Amino acid sequence: MASMQSLDIKNRSATSLPSPSVRSHTELAKLIDVSKCIGCKACQVACMEWNDLRGPVGENTGVYDNPQDLNEHTWTLMRFSEVEPDDFSFEWLIRKDGCMHCDDPGCLKACPAPGAIVQYANGIVDFISEKCIGCGYCIAGCPFDIPRLSRADNRAYKCTLCSDRVAVGLEPACVTTCPTGCITFGTKEDMKQQAVLRIADLNSRGYDNAGLYDPPGVGGTHVMYVLQHADRPGLYHGLPEDPRISPMVGFWQGITKPLAIGALALLAMASFLHFIKHGPNVAEDDDDAPSRDKTRDRKEESSHVE
Amino acid sequence: MSNKDDIRRYKDGERLHHWIVAITFILLAMSGLALFHPSLYWLTNLFGGGQWTRILHPFIGLVMFVSVMVLMVRFWRHNLVNRDDLRWIRYLPDALHKREGRLPPVGRYNAGQKIIYWSTVIGMFLLLFSGLIMWQPYFAPVFPIGLVRFAILVHAFSAILLMMVIILHIYAAIWVKGSLQAMVKGTVSRTWAKKHHPLWYREVTQEERK
Amino acid sequence: MTNHWVDIKNADLILIMGGNAAEAHPCGFKWVTEAKANRGAKLVVVDPRFTRSAAVSDYYAPVRVGSDIAFLGGVIRYLLETGQINHEYVAHYTNAALIVKDEYGFADGLFSGYDEVNRRYDRSSWGYELGEDGYVRADETLQHPRCVYQLMKTHFDRYTPEVVSRITGTPEDRFLKICEMIGETSRPDKVMTIMYALGWTQHSVGSQNIRTMAMIQLLLGNMGMPGGGVNALRGHANVQGITDMNLVTTNLPGYLGLPGDDDQSFEGFMDKRALKPVRPGQMSFWQNYPKFHVSLMKAWWGEHANADNGFAWDYLPHVDKPYDVLQMFELMHAGQMNGFLCQGFNPLAAVSHKAKMSTALARLKYMVVMDPLATETSEFWRNFGEFNPVNTRQIQTEVFRLPTTLFAEEDGTFTNSGRVIAWKEKAVDPPGGARTDRRIIASLYLELKRLYEEEGGTYPDPIVNLHWPYGNPDEPSAPELLREISGRALQDIGDIPAGRQLAGFGQLRDDGGTACGNWLYSGCWSAEGNLTARRDTADPSGLGIYPGWGFAWPANRRILYNRAACDTQGKPWDPRRAPIAWDGSRWSGPDIPDMRPTAAPGEQVSPFIMLPEGVARLFAGMNDGPFPEHYEPFESPLGYNPLHPDQPAVTSNPAARVFANDWASFGTARDFPYAATTYRLTEHMHFWTKHSLANAIVQPSQFIEIGEALAREKGIANGDRVTVESNRGEITATAVVTKRIKPLRVEGRTVHTVGIPIHWGFTGVANKGYLANVLTPFVGDANSQTPEFKAFLVNIEKA
Repeated sequence: MASMQSLDIKNRSATSLPSPSVRSHTELAKLIDVSKCIGCKACQVACMEWNDLRGPVGENTGVYDNPQDLNEHTWTLMRFSEVEPDDFSFEWLIRKDGCMHCDDPGCLKACPAPGAIVQYANGIVDFISEKCIGCGYCIAGCPFDIPRLSRADNRAYKCTLCSDRVAVGLEPACVTTCPTGCITFGTKEDMKQQAVLRIADLNSRGYDNAGLYDPPGVGGTHVMYVLQHADRPGLYHGLPEDPRISPMVGFWQGITKPLAIGALALLAMASFLHFIKHGPNVAEDDDDAPSRDKTRDRKEESSHVE
Repeated sequence: MSNKDDIRRYKDGERLHHWIVAITFILLAMSGLALFHPSLYWLTNLFGGGQWTRILHPFIGLVMFVSVMVLMVRFWRHNLVNRDDLRWIRYLPDALHKREGRLPPVGRYNAGQKIIYWSTVIGMFLLLFSGLIMWQPYFAPVFPIGLVRFAILVHAFSAILLMMVIILHIYAAIWVKGSLQAMVKGTVSRTWAKKHHPLWYREVTQEERK
Repeated sequence: MTNHWVDIKNADLILIMGGNAAEAHPCGFKWVTEAKANRGAKLVVVDPRFTRSAAVSDYYAPVRVGSDIAFLGGVIRYLLETGQINHEYVAHYTNAALIVKDEYGFADGLFSGYDEVNRRYDRSSWGYELGEDGYVRADETLQHPRCVYQLMKTHFDRYTPEVVSRITGTPEDRFLKICEMIGETSRPDKVMTIMYALGWTQHSVGSQNIRTMAMIQLLLGNMGMPGGGVNALRGHANVQGITDMNLVTTNLPGYLGLPGDDDQSFEGFMDKRALKPVRPGQMSFWQNYPKFHVSLMKAWWGEHANADNGFAWDYLPHVDKPYDVLQMFELMHAGQMNGFLCQGFNPLAAVSHKAKMSTALARLKYMVVMDPLATETSEFWRNFGEFNPVNTRQIQTEVFRLPTTLFAEEDGTFTNSGRVIAWKEKAVDPPGGARTDRRIIASLYLELKRLYEEEGGTYPDPIVNLHWPYGNPDEPSAPELLREISGRALQDIGDIPAGRQLAGFGQLRDDGGTACGNWLYSGCWSAEGNLTARRDTADPSGLGIYPGWGFAWPANRRILYNRAACDTQGKPWDPRRAPIAWDGSRWSGPDIPDMRPTAAPGEQVSPFIMLPEGVARLFAGMNDGPFPEHYEPFESPLGYNPLHPDQPAVTSNPAARVFANDWASFGTARDFPYAATTYRLTEHMHFWTKHSLANAIVQPSQFIEIGEALAREKGIANGDRVTVESNRGEITATAVVTKRIKPLRVEGRTVHTVGIPIHWGFTGVANKGYLANVLTPFVGDANSQTPEFKAFLVNIEKA
């Protein structure tokens, strides 16, 4: 929401040179143990409370997901999936959706406004709203379909991982609120260690494919899931199996930019060189002898061009 | 300055029209490049900042599209491609070295100009459709993200290509002495016409004789 | 709770049945996740719906609404058949060995002593057989044909897995798998806990549901064990507190009794209540009853309660019958009750059968509503279209609304489900002119007193003589009240000088030397200060006892019956989970012993000290039978009791009270073919949080849950509007079509379940909706009169 002076910035959107980076930082992460989640939405309400977000009261459309989608007032949302992973089993999988805080954030990569999206050295990816220009490129850039544009102020919003709380040594609001201990927060290393224990427990309960969701395609994330069925993340309301920044976005934001600017510059340069080598293409009168007047005209013309 | 002998090439309305397209293009190129490459983001200051640049760019785009469409209708007849155009392209490298002798006689527009014409027209359609798909906050939300991504890519590519075309266009106008006058005053010298567009020149002089 | 919230982390097996802890008690549910994560505990959920609790369970089985006793009775049979019980525990800590009178019998679904006209039992034939020594006879070999163990075995012999499955709709294999898991906890080092809530209480057999579970826990030896017990999850932060203070009209604070019409003398009443041991050497703790009663009277009437007037014996009302909410509204409905003081209660929504409730309220002359919110009850007279289609012109009830403070706007205590009394400070000032309940009640009292004093009246003594020693008579403070509840010496008693706060109920006296507002809370504000405000997070034993956190009644004891966590020799069943143990000279350990500390194991003082037999009752004198028996809900999709198909009199609980005019309000399966149940959602708290925007956003509008099979049958798609109708009314809401509700095979037919979340109404900021009790029946449990919200019949159609 706003820049945090106490957090160092690792990456800034639309900025080609590195940010100050002499201080060492530990990567932080939030671990969401889906197997412990009861879908109580306390995290959702805590998010609304801490960030002072209140959307409209919607309608029930036949599902427990309320509101039905993330929006500028809903930065985290419980997604409910009734699945039958095997022929004779039934599970109600409940996933807390929200920004994954990718190590290689597609939103940041896509953003054209310098500093409107930053990645702090601890891994948090934050939108600096006052710099947002409302182009929506972050939405296109995100492999998880997270950012949402506000119709009211044309700025994009998403989970900040409570950068304001983390900056002063607190946990994100959702973590503090979670009644079952499903959401935990700490260094990424610690969270991974904890996940190992949780996965062992799930394995012992017959979830052979339990695992950690920390997708390498986006360089890992700073919000990770423990999944009962890590082999099929799609069961969890379409969690992408192998998320990565779309090649189109990568191409557009990667090689295209220097190439395009280079091509334009090259073309302009070539034109200039051509001109100074060959000079202007003057139409000389072959048929009639050039009159003085015309010569003078021509001179004035060229000075006009220049 | 102008000579009574000069030939009228563009009417006042046509010139005004061209310059509207030109100005919108420049505004679009600057605002577009500002949002395209971080090094050029400073250009947004010319438009009142990032938000304003984002707001204005698509609307200016619409103006340019409509203008180009009208322009297209105005000049399409002169830009029909014929066999001589291929020959012209073949001997263009010679012409660039001022060995113009082997170029076929050109009508109102040479093949290069026709390429510029058609690239602009096609580019405008691509830019319009891709631009609509990525236009926040009005249209983008209804399209799937994959399509938006594709549109952004198409938009960037078409814009860059169009800019290259326009660079050539501008350079051609600068390089070929006497061309600029056509879009400034609306007239060209007879020597210019005779040299660069002999067929057109013949047409015009025949008309004069009538 | 016999145990407490944190203690759930000590369980090896957690059964959630008759409740949905994840949904309705998400904060307490953390201890389930702790047990799972740290002990490898297994969670089993048995529920008509695949609930949020089921979503994180290890094993789930569906059960038809209102058939829990059949399920649990089947578990009892399984345990007895397979011998998976703690034999030493059962023989010595329960009344399994005690011998029942010859007259006791059970036939055709009825126990001996049934009075068909009044629908009640004469319980005299259910007593024990007395020996020549005056004590109850026992056979510790459990072989006597009339010992409780053998009677129980015979009684539950009918509940075979096949019968259970046929009644409950639970697939037999799932039932047996759960039996196996439960059976394992009969081992001394394995403990099961049960978490239940209104899914068991809100039935016409509610109390027996819970009792059946208590019997299972006793057979397994899980009662008194850390990680065990029978744990009622209370629905408000302080429901336990109100219950302790006097929820039931036949009670006084601390579960003391209010005299009835036939209690004509103080001495007689004391004799009746101060139960003598019926087995040798037992504590029979209620022998101390007079101390608690007299101290209460001293707290209430001070010097006006003295030995000469039987400690204000005549000040107490004598009740002719229980005045539970159903009875109250029956009287109101019959025009026999004119005024209603409604404090922190929204009966129009919270009591069953809205149409009857609404009519009853309209027959009042006046109603005073004390509440922080604009409740439906306070707006019952206003027309809210389809949601409250009343004719305002015809309602003459005068309604006074007195806005009160909400819990965070005043200091005081909460008593949680685990009996832990925790002091809370006021967080914010109340809005507008809202006043504390204390101030409103005090003002009311002082005005009444003034009127009695000025104008006289019939027997003004109880009012004008009330002890009112508060610093500010207009608003007694919370600390003053808690000190009064905790108790103090009125005269020098040994080392205790007059006026000092008492250390506990052990110091109470029956001679008027002490005053105590609730003996169970005695000691919570001792001479050391306010113990409920303690926040010591030390847990030396690691058992989650936290002895320095708040104060748990009674006597800061965290686990009730904890003596039963040790064998007859005083050795813990499981040394890793020992709340107390006999150390050779005393009972000691991290918890406060639920036993005379010096009672050596050799003395054979049994652990259930509140009972005159000293042992827990597998056979008990409930209103509706000494053993639980499956009876159908009053609205049954079968229309008969599968255990007694030819006995229409016992289709439903024969001892449940039904008011004469209500029989016609019950529907049958012919018109209303689907089983229905009501329940809470985690996003909301009863009818309160629809007044809060954040809650309204996360669960905005009313919906009905049905399974995919029923939806197909009825042509209902997800998100359609549907109308649900019972014999008492209809509601329209959005359909949530789900895989989480499956059709059940019951008695060879298919029973569909319709799920009806409560929470919506016509006040608040959420979308308006119908009160769910439009549909529910006006009949209650035979013991507690809790309305049958959880099992009734409806029809459903696309709206």
